[in-house]
Amino acid sequence: MTFRAGASRPSQPTWPDYMASRAKQTREPRLADFFTRGTLDPDTPIGQAPLVAMDFETTGLDSSRHDIVSVGVMPFTLSRIRPADGRYWVLSPRRKLSDESVAFHHITHAEVAGAPDFAAIIDELLALLAGRLVVVHYRQLERTFLDAAVRERLGEGLLMPMIDTMSLEARIHRQSWWARLRRWAGRPMASIRLHESRQRYHLPAYTGHHALVDSLATAELLQAQVLYHYDWETPVGALWR
Amino acid sequence: MNVEQLDIRGHMAQFAPFDDLPDALLDRIAGEVEIRYFQAGSELLVKDEPVEALWYIRSGAVEMYQRSGRLFNRLSEGDIFGYSDLLRSNRRVRYPVSAIEDTLIYFIPGDVFEAICEEDDDFAEFVETGGQRLKVTVEQQRDDSGLMTTRVRKLISRQPQMVEASMSLQQAARQMRDANVTCVLVVDVTETHSAYTFTGPDGRHWQLNGILTDRDFCTRVLAEGKSAQTPVGEVMSRRVIVIQSDESVYEAMLCMLRNQVHHLPVLHRRQPVGVLHLSDIVRHETHSSLFLVNNIFVQNTPEQLARLAPEVGTGFVRMVADGANSEMVCRALATIGRAFTQRLIELAEAELGPAPVPYCFMVLGSMAREEPTINADQDNALVLHDDYDPEQHGEYFEALARFVCDGLDACGYPYCKGDVMATNPRWRKPLQVWKRYFTEWMDEPNGERLLHSSIFFDLAPVHGETPMVEALQDLIAELAPQRPVFLAALARNAKNRTPPLGFFRQFVMEQDGEHRKSINLKRRGTAPLTDLVRVHALACGSKAQNSFARLDDIAQTKLLADGVTERLRYAFEFMSMVRIRHQADAIERGVEPDNSVDPENIGSRERHHLKDAFEAISNAQKFLSFRYTMPSRSGSSRTSGGSEEQRSRR
Repeated sequence: MTFRAGASRPSQPTWPDYMASRAKQTREPRLADFFTRGTLDPDTPIGQAPLVAMDFETTGLDSSRHDIVSVGVMPFTLSRIRPADGRYWVLSPRRKLSDESVAFHHITHAEVAGAPDFAAIIDELLALLAGRLVVVHYRQLERTFLDAAVRERLGEGLLMPMIDTMSLEARIHRQSWWARLRRWAGRPMASIRLHESRQRYHLPAYTGHHALVDSLATAELLQAQVLYHYDWETPVGALWR
Repeated sequence: MNVEQLDIRGHMAQFAPFDDLPDALLDRIAGEVEIRYFQAGSELLVKDEPVEALWYIRSGAVEMYQRSGRLFNRLSEGDIFGYSDLLRSNRRVRYPVSAIEDTLIYFIPGDVFEAICEEDDDFAEFVETGGQRLKVTVEQQRDDSGLMTTRVRKLISRQPQMVEASMSLQQAARQMRDANVTCVLVVDVTETHSAYTFTGPDGRHWQLNGILTDRDFCTRVLAEGKSAQTPVGEVMSRRVIVIQSDESVYEAMLCMLRNQVHHLPVLHRRQPVGVLHLSDIVRHETHSSLFLVNNIFVQNTPEQLARLAPEVGTGFVRMVADGANSEMVCRALATIGRAFTQRLIELAEAELGPAPVPYCFMVLGSMAREEPTINADQDNALVLHDDYDPEQHGEYFEALARFVCDGLDACGYPYCKGDVMATNPRWRKPLQVWKRYFTEWMDEPNGERLLHSSIFFDLAPVHGETPMVEALQDLIAELAPQRPVFLAALARNAKNRTPPLGFFRQFVMEQDGEHRKSINLKRRGTAPLTDLVRVHALACGSKAQNSFARLDDIAQTKLLADGVTERLRYAFEFMSMVRIRHQADAIERGVEPDNSVDPENIGSRERHHLKDAFEAISNAQKFLSFRYTMPSRSGSSRTSGGSEEQRSRR
């Protein structure tokens, strides 16, 4: 079964258009650089696309109140994931870590004590994302937190197309009300969802709540989803949001 | 880089050959791994395509096919493949591989693979020596056993008793009595710190200056007329032979023999940590089986004998724990089994009176091959003198047979389900009849007769006129090589039970209609192997019964290609050992020992070797049908004519 639903919607600006306009407007050189690199042509077959899986652990679900505490990034393609190319940072949240959040993301007070602020990793992060299509599991979180974190530090937000393995999974299983419910159920269940999605493709169980592990898990999940439900020729424009 | 969080290393560290790699090397491999997901049904390795990496199965399962399209191997989590292709000069795929489940692969790049082979000999050996793999392991198992590798410190159970040289002999003797030891070490404080001193618990430097044994109290004290108040220092031996605690027990034994001493102080560096006595080594080394055999021969009723039965299991477990190999364990079990049989016959004769005609009691099957396992049942028969008259003597031998077989059952050797026992009148016959039986079996093999051959063609005398059974062994060795139809039928029979090549995948076991979660190592492993060894042994006229001895005889001929007998020997040893350990484990857990092994309980390294062993059997079975072809009807008469000629030429 092949889904090509929701390719480019003519009424809305396309992602390449958006990236190009931001490249012109931005006054922040680092973002200008990023937007100038642009994104992929929507017709690029997913099998040829340079991809990068990304996962954040946060102190909560609201990007206006909560912070990113760790970032995992895993560049990959459908034919290879190279864990050695992955990057992982623990970050110091601007607001104090609460004990509940520690229980949630497993990053301890001691770990964040000497950790840098998000500002310190922006350059390296942008370099890893530039020219690659970002893959996340539950894009609302990564997209809003990345946008907010960059906006706070550089004065402008950062948006880009993303493939959301969770919404691909929801699309595939949209007949199921349960799948829909879970889709909107919120972040605390995210890693369980990732785990459950992976189980459908017989991917091994990883211990969750580690941004780098989850980025690897997401990369593997996309490889599996494309093989099961799409194919390597599927244009990225049919998959990103 | 933070690969450690990804658990790649942790996963690989559980599986052979990675489990034995040094940490640094494993870190490096984990850091270089590349990952890709494959859907069930996809082709992973395509014949003649180049291979660039070692494939490691993180999850899922794959199948490897031979050129002929026949299944060659099934691999699953933790297994590797592609290495034989990587080792070939052109680095192209020889056996295609496809995924039978959704599979996540870790790739270890070719240059990293090369580097590991370069740096780690064990790893290189693992991947380079397909068939040799087994050999290495069996030899390692052998080295691990007993004297050679057990360290002296393992035999030390307590601190040495130490006295100062100024202490009186009486005080020293009291100390020895109270501590229940046969010697004391004589130590003194010394000012100088030297290569011979050690630091005592008081922080001072001490030196070991002598040893005083109970023997010394006889030879140096009483015989010399020394008073009880003489200081120890005057009579002690100053010549102290010591051994380091990490030396082998074997070395300790040699040291005692060389120096004619029975006490050996054991040092950790220079600190005395104990005293080894010759009896400690004897106790360690003497398998309880020897004591048990002695014990068997002094029992006077079957009931008393039956009381010894639990000791067989205990001794068996101890031997396995001591690292004995399968040959040692099985020979001990055979010796014990024969001792029970022999003693029961002696007791029967004592009760029934001497036998009216000479006879020989023989054992058959695994006991005759000296390969019984702990759960073996009894297979036996009576060969009677040709003067035997059923009218006159029948009752006596029936009673004797009954006495022995009942006794064996009570001693833990259950009755034979196939009724191959001396109690069965059919298997209680004069020598002439036995000769006719064997001749008929070989001349006109049919289904039932072939069934017998797997039991009756392994035979050994236990008690009585052994030449009678030897006459049967001679007859078989003479006739069998000239009976191609018999050999071919036997060969075909030997292929009935096949090794489970896809053993470790559950669905394969289901397909085979086997027990869902276990594999019968006897039925699918050792039994097919002894069957095929028997065919070759009969073909080459060997009179040996033991499978290892038969393999020796076979190796003398050109029946099998170079190295094949070795591979079979190792396969047999390895499978036997896995089975024996499984049974010892069952006894220890208080469970009835059986032959069914749960693959979950087999370590990854053992799995590899078991696979190799099954493969060795499978190949040998294929060779059987090639070597012993059933002659066609016309061909059969020609062949038997040929044997006639051969016979007349003899």
